Amino acid sequence: MSEAKTKQSLHKRNDQLANANRQLEILSNGIFASGELPRFADKIAEIGHTTLRPNKLEILQINVGYMCNQVCEHCHVDAGPDRKEIMTRETMQQCLEVIKKTGAHTLDLTGGAPEMNPNFRWFVEEASKAGIKDFIVRSNLTIIRANKKYYDLPDFFKKHNVHVVSSMPHWTRGKTDKQRGNGVFDKSIKALQELNERGYGMPGSSLRLDLVYNPSGAFLPGNQASMEKDFKKALLEDFNIQFHHLFAITNLPISRFLDYLIASENYEDYMYALVEAYNPEAVANVMCTNTISVSWDGWLYDCDFNQMLDLKVASKVKHISEYNEELLQDRNIIISQHCYGCTAGAGSSCQGTVA
Amino acid sequence: MSKTYYDPADLRKFGKITEWSEELGTKFFDYYSKVFEEGALSAREKSLIALAVSHVVKCPYCIDAYTKDGLQRGITKEEMMEAVHAGAAIESGATLVHGVQMMNKYDKLSM
Ligand code: SF4
Ligand code: SF4
Repeated sequence: MSEAKTKQSLHKRNDQLANANRQLEILSNGIFASGELPRFADKIAEIGHTTLRPNKLEILQINVGYMCNQVCEHCHVDAGPDRKEIMTRETMQQCLEVIKKTGAHTLDLTGGAPEMNPNFRWFVEEASKAGIKDFIVRSNLTIIRANKKYYDLPDFFKKHNVHVVSSMPHWTRGKTDKQRGNGVFDKSIKALQELNERGYGMPGSSLRLDLVYNPSGAFLPGNQASMEKDFKKALLEDFNIQFHHLFAITNLPISRFLDYLIASENYEDYMYALVEAYNPEAVANVMCTNTISVSWDGWLYDCDFNQMLDLKVASKVKHISEYNEELLQDRNIIISQHCYGCTAGAGSSCQGTVA
Repeated sequence: MSKTYYDPADLRKFGKITEWSEELGTKFFDYYSKVFEEGALSAREKSLIALAVSHVVKCPYCIDAYTKDGLQRGITKEEMMEAVHAGAAIESGATLVHGVQMMNKYDKLSM
């Protein structure tokens, strides 16, 4: 893929895949329409599911904007510096109202780079007062070193006891930079060292630092426990860095990753690999069964992936301003072939494997 | 002519060999998966051995499969290439060591 192409989001490029319907068409047609591969709905029917239904709500995931300082090739959000969508303070207020009364114990702030939203700190301060048990910020690490105004983020995170979850594609420079851009590895290492200096990720520390690994290409993640072992060993030996857990996440065939799969002629093989690795045991614990995802403009989704495919929740309640947990819990989750990504192998969610 | 002996899509059909001989096919796959489990050698080490052997036996299906397997395990391309060289060194050594036989025979037959 050309350098220029990867420096812009699909939206900026006016690429046909910036259109969620076009993505859904690809996921429904071809090998799935011809019957060469079973649709996800048919696959879960084999174990008696007519659809997926939510269990108890545990995680409220809030996407505070698609703006990002990076343009990673696999990004399912299609985030980048050219994306201007960010959550307003008014929508954040509505989220805060919900946070105060929700039964969810985890708040998961994501983006883009959530720190780039000008109201990010205000929101963290307000939300951290609400008694949420696990307050996650998904940080891409480089943001901490991107600009002076972000240099104090590690202190800010520490002050609010934020649980930092950061992406790290590999423990080597070459692989990391290839997926996420030149210089990303060195900046990420520096950011991790700074977090370690504040006590983040150290054994026994309550300042939690977890890493997210997702494959840099058209293959599935390996075993989470052994990847964690390899990551820990390499980062400690080479850079004296420590962290708590590694979450291995499967890339879902949507947005820029779908674009990459098609451009590199890996789409069919990848879908075969996902379907072949389908694990019925993962179905019960997919992320959408305990999560609600809120977009920058306040719409509600079953998960971050459905958000990117613009598949709003199948409920009377569709916006944070009219949030009603009881009504929302009584809904069918919207599924398509991308859901194979959550049920392949040991399964995949924002918290890593599920089976 | 578009047909060739090797078709990458055939790799996906490998499991079908059990259809024509269930017992032997199943025994083979059981054995195969057992071999690659964690043991005295790690699954990662076995993956690299498999990659090297794939090259020595020149099986394009195995090369595809174990390159992908290595990627999934986070094995780097430098490690993969070193494994291939280890295989290649043994293979060329095995050829060259027969040079001794040639030399012996040559000497025996010569005055
Ligand atoms: S993957 Fe994360 S860091 Fe990379 S462009 Fe997307 S949101 Fe930004
Ligand atoms: S993509 Fe995953 S989390 Fe989202 S609806 Fe499908 S199975 Fe659920």
